Parts: sequence; C-alpha cells; structure tokens
Amino acid sequence: MASVTDMIRDVIREGGALPVDIATLGDTDDLYTAGLTSHATVNLMLGLEEKFDLEFPDRLLRRRTFESIAAIRTAITELLDEKVAA
Amino acid sequence: MTDLLQRARRVGAEVAAQHAGAVDADARFPRESFAALKAEKLLGVMVPAEFGGAGASISDIAALCHALGQHCASTAMIYAMHQIQVACVVRHGLQSAWHRALLQRLAAEQLLLASATSEAGVGGDVRSSVCAVEAEGGRFKLSKNATVISYGADADGILATARRTPESPASDQVIIPVLKGDYRLEQTSTWDTLGMRGTCSNGYWLHASGDVEQVLPLPYADISAQTMLPTSHLTWSSLWLGIATDAVARARAFVRAEARKKAGSVPSGALRLAEAVNLLQLMRSNVVAAARQYEAALGSAERLTALSFAVAMNNLKTGTSQMAVQVVNHALLICGIAGYRNDSNFSVCRHLRDAHSAALMVNNDRILANTANLLLVLKDDPGLFP
Repeated sequence: MASVTDMIRDVIREGGALPVDIATLGDTDDLYTAGLTSHATVNLMLGLEEKFDLEFPDRLLRRRTFESIAAIRTAITELLDEKVAA
Repeated sequence: MTDLLQRARRVGAEVAAQHAGAVDADARFPRESFAALKAEKLLGVMVPAEFGGAGASISDIAALCHALGQHCASTAMIYAMHQIQVACVVRHGLQSAWHRALLQRLAAEQLLLASATSEAGVGGDVRSSVCAVEAEGGRFKLSKNATVISYGADADGILATARRTPESPASDQVIIPVLKGDYRLEQTSTWDTLGMRGTCSNGYWLHASGDVEQVLPLPYADISAQTMLPTSHLTWSSLWLGIATDAVARARAFVRAEARKKAGSVPSGALRLAEAVNLLQLMRSNVVAAARQYEAALGSAERLTALSFAVAMNNLKTGTSQMAVQVVNHALLICGIAGYRNDSNFSVCRHLRDAHSAALMVNNDRILANTANLLLVLKDDPGLFP
C-alpha cells in the first residue's frame, strides 16, 4: 500500500499544483518557494480531501498547513488518526 | 474622542475640505492636507512609542481615515495607502536594524510612503511579479514596470514587491521599502479619472537599488495575508464610510431644511433618508466588526492566515464598496437637483464619483473570484459569536 507521503506526492503531481516536478523536491522543501500559489493551494486541498476521503476542518485551512509535504503529512495523519478513533 | 481623532478632524474640516474642490478639479496631489497632516504628526502615528510614534491601533487608523473621508476622499485614500505601508514595516520589520531605523524616521520626519505592487505583464494579479530582486555583494537592484504608483512623485519612499530572486517563480515574492535617493521614477501614464482624482495614480518605471537588508524577511504572501490585505480593506472601507457619512449628512441637512419650510408635514425625502441611515448603520457595523475581528486576531499568524479570515476581509471590501455607492445614491435622490449640482451646499457629485472607485480599486470581481475559490474548501461556521 502506498505511503501517505507517496499519496500526497501523487496529488501534487496529478493536480499540476507546481510549476516544477515534485520529484525534485524533498519532503521539507517549501512548496510556496517552489511556486505553489494561493489558488493552487485550494485545488491541492480539494485533491487531498478526495484522495484521503477526509475534510480539512477550518482550523487547518491556513497557509502553513500546506507549506511542505511534511507539513501536509502531519495534518493528514492527524485527521486519519481522528477518523480511526471515531 | 481621542486626541488623534481631534487632530484629524481639524485637518479634515480646516484644510482638506477647503482644497478638496481644487484637488478634484485639477487632479492634483492634496499638498495642503499633507502639509497639515505632517504638522499634526499624523503620518507616523502607527509607529510604536519606543520608536517615537504614537502606537496607534488599527481602529485608531480606521477612525482617522473615516474622519478624513468626510472631507476629501483623495486625502483619505492617500492617508490610508500610506498607513498600509507603515503597517507592513511596523508588523514585520521589528527584527531588523534597517527597518527599526526606518520606523524612527517615519515618526521623526513624518515620511510619506507609497506602494508599487501592481505591474505590467501579470494580468492585474498583485500576488505575481515579473521583476526580481537582483542581489550582489550585499547590495540589490530592482527595476519594475509599475502600472500604478499612487502619489509616487510626492512620496518619500515606496514599498515595492518583486520576485525573491531572478530564479524564483512569479508567486514567490518579497516586499522592499526603498527611500528617496534609492530610486528613480520614469512616468509612463497619467491619471485623469472619474473620481479619486487627487491620488495621482500614475504609472512609472521604478529603478531602485539599496542594501539587501532592506528586504522584509517574511515572504510577501504572509505579509499580504496578515497585514496588507486586512489593513487595506479596513482603512479603505473606513474612508468609503466617511464619504457615505458626509453624503448622508448633506441629505439630513436638506431634509431638515425642507421640514422647517413646511412645519407640520414630513418632507418627501424623509422616508428615503430613513433608508439611507439604515444602510449607513449596516456599513458602519460591517467596518466596526471587521476591525474588532482583526484586532482579536493580531499577533496570531495562525488566525491571520486562516482562509476564514481572508473571506471575512474580502467580504468587508466587496460589501462596503457597493454600499458606499448605494448610500451616496440615496443621498442624491433625497437632495434632488440640489445634490446633482456641483455648486450647491447639498452637492454629492464628488462623493458619487469618488465612491465609484471603491468597487474598482482591486476589482470586486477579482476579490469575489478569490472568495469563491476559498469557499470550495471552507466549511460553515454555525456560531453567531466567534
């Protein structure tokens, strides 16, 4: 089964969120510096919600949640854990 | 009433109001207003006390914009745009010696700051830049084809946005204050418009150089979300409310005069005046609530960069900009031909022309499209009080 990180990378690649190839970026690289725009961030959020079958609560809907693959993984993992616990 | 507000009202009534007609007719910089604002030390009021300013809050600034907007909208708009730039340095420059020194100069010399955010070639998207900071050996160079630098020729400094490096993508921007002496302006267009004629929003090529430490350290995306957007929308909305407030004051005076002429009967405009006052109250509530919301979120980067906060500030702007025109239009209907004349005490012509700029300066359609995008992911907030 694909890891959360791989799935996040898939969403970024498939959604065309970045002007560069995501494979060239490390997990902690700043996605905004790499060209992620505010508009593309919303599409990325939608793609992640679809891929992981979850919804980001408003408290996570802010810029820093999506600043790197590692930051996104932290948010997704938290939400997946909540789902398991529920 | 605060002392600051008293001083702004004095400048508004005694200076800005006297020259508002000439500023509008000649589309010129309101130099008398700004000489008076400098003399009253109202340009550096947001600078913290430790750097020689008055440490004014965003609500204070909103109240000053509202006060000036009742007398000369161009003066109020320039004052608002200046304070937006000051806010960026106050909130995001305290960690650097260069910016702390700038804050001291803003307070001591009452410098006037302008803004170069818009640029040819980005389709009106201020969150994208073509130009880039070119750094070498501690110095930088920057050339920007700025489609608008309001009052650029009369400013003492300019905050310009640019890509972080020549290799950076269009959206990876920084913002840099440059001061007179650091830059050269080549005018590329003029400003002959329906209203807001005194802002002198000409286009310029900006050629600047300076020390790399002048670049504000936080990415412009964060500065924009946390400070520039909310401060812009709050100060603009406050001055638009000021325009609407003065138009309604004229309509009130008109209806009172009518009532006195025919004591015992309610003048025909009275009902519409009741409607106008109702709209004005809604507009005012919108501004006050947004100011409170911003002040409650200040200091928390998390709350300031939340999508829900961006939507609230967008709504403030699109809502008040439309209402300003609506309220002034009501005042025009109430005052009738006396309101339509340029040469009457009840004239609201300039008010109406100035108010029409509100929906266009950062076009409401662009802001609504941004809100529409954010609403794709934002969930409902079921509570009444946050």
